[in-house]
Formats: sequence, structure tokens, C-alpha cells
Amino acid sequence: MIGDSYKKRDVAIVGVGATPFGEHWDKGLKELVSEAGFTAAEDAGIRGKEIEFILVGNMSAGMFVGQEHVAALVADFLGLNPTPAVRVEAACASGAVALRQGYLAVASGMYDLVAVGGVEKMTDVQGGWATSVLAGAMDTEWEAYFGATFPGIYAMIAQRYMYEYELTREQLAKVAVKSHYHASFNPLAHFRNRITVDGVLNSSLVADPLRLFDCSPISDGAACVLLTPTEQARRYTDTPVIIEGCAQASGTLALFERRDICTIDATVEAARQAFRQAGVTHKDIDVVEVHDCFTIGEILALEDLEFCKKGEAGKMYDDDQTYVGGTLPVNTDGGLKASGHPVGATGVKQVVELVKQLRGEAEKGRQVSGAEVGLAHNVGGSGATAVVTILRRGD
Amino acid sequence: MVGIVSYGVYIPRWRIKVEEIARIWGHDADRYRKGLLVDEKSVPSLDEDVATMAVEAARNALRRAPQINPKKIGAIYVGSESHPYAVKPTATIVAEAIDATPSLTAADTEFACKAATAGIQACMGLVKAGYIRYGMSIGSDTAQGRPADALEYTASAGAAAYIVGEEDVIATIEGTCSFTQDVPDFWRRDGAGFPQHAGRFTGEPAYFAHVVNCSRELMRQLGTTPKDYDYAVFHEPNGSFPLTAAHMLGFEKDKVLPSLVVRKIGNTYSGSSLIGLATILDRAEVGNRILMTSYGSGAGSDSFSILVTDKIDEKRKLAPSVEYYVNRRDYVDYALYSRFKNQLRGSAE
Repeated sequence: MIGDSYKKRDVAIVGVGATPFGEHWDKGLKELVSEAGFTAAEDAGIRGKEIEFILVGNMSAGMFVGQEHVAALVADFLGLNPTPAVRVEAACASGAVALRQGYLAVASGMYDLVAVGGVEKMTDVQGGWATSVLAGAMDTEWEAYFGATFPGIYAMIAQRYMYEYELTREQLAKVAVKSHYHASFNPLAHFRNRITVDGVLNSSLVADPLRLFDCSPISDGAACVLLTPTEQARRYTDTPVIIEGCAQASGTLALFERRDICTIDATVEAARQAFRQAGVTHKDIDVVEVHDCFTIGEILALEDLEFCKKGEAGKMYDDDQTYVGGTLPVNTDGGLKASGHPVGATGVKQVVELVKQLRGEAEKGRQVSGAEVGLAHNVGGSGATAVVTILRRGD
Repeated sequence: MVGIVSYGVYIPRWRIKVEEIARIWGHDADRYRKGLLVDEKSVPSLDEDVATMAVEAARNALRRAPQINPKKIGAIYVGSESHPYAVKPTATIVAEAIDATPSLTAADTEFACKAATAGIQACMGLVKAGYIRYGMSIGSDTAQGRPADALEYTASAGAAAYIVGEEDVIATIEGTCSFTQDVPDFWRRDGAGFPQHAGRFTGEPAYFAHVVNCSRELMRQLGTTPKDYDYAVFHEPNGSFPLTAAHMLGFEKDKVLPSLVVRKIGNTYSGSSLIGLATILDRAEVGNRILMTSYGSGAGSDSFSILVTDKIDEKRKLAPSVEYYVNRRDYVDYALYSRFKNQLRGSAE
């Protein structure tokens, strides 16, 4: 049991920025990072030289674009030398794990202004290679070597889940329909087209039962947040957003070693800790960002985060509860499915979205009115890493 | 004024349907057919290659220009990405076959699917400068598509030959311009049997950027708008790209549809936009204005603004039309297709 003796002070987010997610054929890692970074700096009204520590979530720039040493590259390209910079890698959870490291760095009293970025440049390589790179987030020797890919892994989860809990194919499709609807209001989203249940059911079969429109895309993008002690937050913003809880847990890399493949234990554990830290209940949460790399991922997330009972998440989609205006607005930016999934950036972008929601700055059509508390959930691999972060609008 | 004196095309007899290719690979034929807007593609026979098809097209062009003594053709360019020889020109084979030798310049050109429109521009320059009386540019390809790759559904075979000159033109070329950038969207390394492509990157930053910008620039230079054109012809890698380009430029669909033979013969690569143009010349009326823009991966486009003259009616009936070749067809299954394409391992050893 982890106590909070490390915690010398509360931490607030005072600036956010993100690039549009999508196919940025005219931009590289550096340009993406600087666009997100400058947007966040402008948001907080700071100069780069004030930043004391830089964290960069990035899964695999080495495999995607041949670039390692990403953190130093970011510091250098943004003109922030000699500020220390660290790259954080936790597959698709790299962004949220970087955020958590930034949170600890401020909470412990070590730094007063920390920049947490996330970036991935995935479209320089073709889809097949990108799928292989992503498969590195599995237990390579036991899964990827034998031909497993993430669509296949999540398809197995979906098969089992549909067998155990009678989730219908239509309910799964509604997850994607909702995500595209929300993304249609989000100018930064990769896909802003609205889709229908029939459209999902008739899209190409990827790995039974998952079809093309069940899968998040391969995207380029970057996001950035700026953290300070809450007591200093007013220097930068009138509406700081407080990190009330930020917890991380680990699980098995290989799917076959799971106690139950329809539950991500790391999510359950991280959520319990985060709720305890934040001192809030599920009823207090106004808006959530969950890790929907595949539609089945969103179903598991809502149950593992205990927003509903096991086996009942599908029903939330029958009466549109997860839309803005519903009882639990989920993925108001379009989620990974429609907003895009540049893997290293995703966990940071989820927090950028929640900050916009809690400040009331999201675009019309997807702003949750009066949102005060939000929850972000970021997963690495098929569940080996999970991070849950709870944010509250500062008074 | 410099223009097109004559044209001729050739398309092999054999066809393979999208369904037949999809059957072999377990693909969804309907999805390919609807996505690419292609139903079937032409297949070269065992004894057909870029040289034989180029000769057929060249002979058809000469049939439409009985007034031309082949010895008066001062330049022959053959554009292709499937020349039978890596070193040894196709153009000399064609020149010899049509009796244009020896007082001419000849060369093979390569610029993916636009090698032959570059040849037309070279001929225009030589004619306008007074170095030659007639120049011939031919686009001819037996396109390669790796088995099971999306390209296999469209990579086909065909040729088109154009004679450029200043006398008795069936269409004047009012203007031409090009748009060229180094863009790695599609390539075949030396010695490689099949090309590679960068998936969706071949669209927006490649085909569309070049076709649309090049067409716009030519219309800007000439002070024309899409309304001034009766037909628009764009490179036809599939059925959907030309329609999208037309939409982006503001051309009505009806101005593009008549040139879309890709649905029935596939992508003939260097022959593609030129066979499309021939389809329009086969039906155009005196005074019709045509915009034609080619596209070659790597990447570049050449645009031409073409005005049909009163010589068209007497000339076009002198050689077989595109429609004749499109309808002259027999089907092969994938096994025979593999033999024709020399894809059966060990058969050529």
C-alpha cells in the first residue's frame, strides 16, 4: 500500500496544447512537438526558459522514424537547453506514464514548472510495419513471434466477452458511432465524419468480430501539458485544473497469462488507487476519457473503472448514456477511435481534452455543461500498464 | 500552330476480372471493385511486350496520317516503366518497324506514368524550334503489380502513340505546363521485379497535389476556367482518382466520365492518360476544348489544353478506335494470367 508521504504539495495543470491528430505528411517529430509545446506555453503565458524539467512520452520513434534520444531532441529543437529532458516509454500508455512522472516531480517538491509532452509520428511507415512496431508492446516472445497483432489480441478479448456477457455486435458498433459523433465537433480529430451502425457492420473485417470501424487509426500527433504546484498556479491561469489522483498499475504482458481476459486488472487497481487519492466517488465524475484502441477496449474500461457492473457496459450504448448530455459522457473528443491514436501522445491528449472540458472551453456540441471532475484512463499493450488520472477544476 | 497530327492506340485482347483475382487471394471483390471503380483489366499475351504494343499503336497513328512519310518523323520517344531492356532502347525497335530510320533522334523515357506526355512536350519543342517536322511520342506499358497487392487489380497493358507537328493538325495544343516535385509515392528499384508504393500517401500529397496544381496553373496561364472545356482527361490509376480531381478543380462529372476507360482495361500506366485522351478524340467535335493532365509518380504532372480542329472527322475513322479495342476482349483465369505474366516459378528457367 502506497502512502502519500512523497506528496509535499498539490499539482495543477496550467497550460495545455495539442496538434490536430491525423496524417501529417509535411511534419516530423520536431515540428509536431513544437506545435503542441508552443500552444501549451502560450496557453499558460510562459516562456520556454521557465521550464525546469521536460518529460516526453514516446513509444517507438526509433522504429517509426529511426530517431532515438527523443527527449534531448525535443529540448534542443525547442531551444530549451540545458533543461533536463527524459523520454518515457510504456507503449500506448507512454503519455500518461510521463504525466504521472511529471506529477511526482512537482508533488515531491523537486520542480516548480514541468512540461509533459507526448508525441508519435506513425505515418512515415506503411500500415503493416506500423502494426509490427505496435506489436512490440506485447510479450514479443510469446505473442508477436507467433503472429499475434493487436487487432487479433483485442478480437480474442471481444470474442470471449461476447460469449460470456452477451454483448451484441450492434452495441459494439455503437461505441464507434458515438466516438465519431463527438469527433465531428472536434477540429483536432483525425476523423470528423459521422458513421452509422450499418456502416460499422459493413466495414472491412479486420479480425473477427472486429471490423475496420472498430479500430483506432494510425495517426501522427503531439500533445503537451504544463504542471506547477497548485499554490503557484494562479500566476499562470485563472482556471487551474488540479490533479486529484494519478495512479498506475501493471499487469501481465501476455494475454494468456491473465486471470480473466475480459478484465484488465491493471485498470481496476489503478482506478481504485486514483479514486482513493482523489477522495471522490463515481457519481462525482462528469466526463471520462478512456482507452478505446478498439471498441471492445471502451467496454472493458467502463466496467474495470467500475462505472457499471461487469457485463453491463454494452447496455449503456443502447440508450445513448455515453453521449454528451448522457449520464456518463465518454470520449468527448472522439476517443482514440475517431480523434486518432498517435500512441505516445494519446495519454497526454486525453488530459488536454479533460482540461478543456473542465475549463468549459470545448467546442459547442461536445462540451459537457458544468463539468467539474474528469477521469482519464490510458492503457499500454493489451493491459500490461494502466494509468488512471482524476482531475478537478480549481476553485 | 503546333498540335496533334495523329494518334493511335493498342490494347491487348485478354482481360481478367477483379472477381478472379480476388478469388485467388480471398479478398472481397466487391470492395475492390467499388473502391477502385475497376471491373477488369487488360492482360498482355505471351508474345506481347512494350515494344510490340508501341509498334501497334505507332502503326495506328500512321494509319490516321496517310499524308506522312514515316521518314519525315524526326524524333521518336517511347515512355514506359516496363521497357523490355534495361539497356537497349525500345524507341529504335519502333523506329525500325515503322520505317522511320535512320535520320531521326530516338530515346526511351521514364517518369512512371507520365513518361510519354513528357515525350510529347519534347516533340513540341523540337517542332516549334524547327529542328524536326514531325515527332512521335508513345506511352506503352505492361504494368507490374505484385501478386496480392492492391496494384494487381489495376496494373494492365496498353499503348498510345501521338504524332506532333504543325501541319494538318487534328487538334492544336494551346498550351502546356508541368508541375514537378521529388515525392516518393511509388517506385521500383533497379533490378526489382515489382514496384512498391506508400499506400495512402499516393493520394493527397502525390496524385492530387500534382494533377490539381498543374491543371490550375495551365488554366491560369491561358486565362481559362473549367467552363471553357468540353472534356477533362486525367491520369487513370483507378476510376475514383480522376473523378475526385475533377471535383476538386470544379469540372462536372460528365466532362470526365467519357474518358474513363480504366473501368474496363485497368491502369495502362504510361498509356493511361493518353488512351483517355484518344477516347475523347474518337468522339470530339470540331471546336471542342479538352484539358488533359497526366501524372507520374515520383512525381509530376503535365497539363495540355487542346482545341479540336476540322481535320478530326476525316482522320479518326482511318484506324481502330479505343472502343474497338475495349470491346475486343476475351477472358483469362488466374492460371493463364500467371502464365502470360510469366509468374509461374520455374517456367522460364
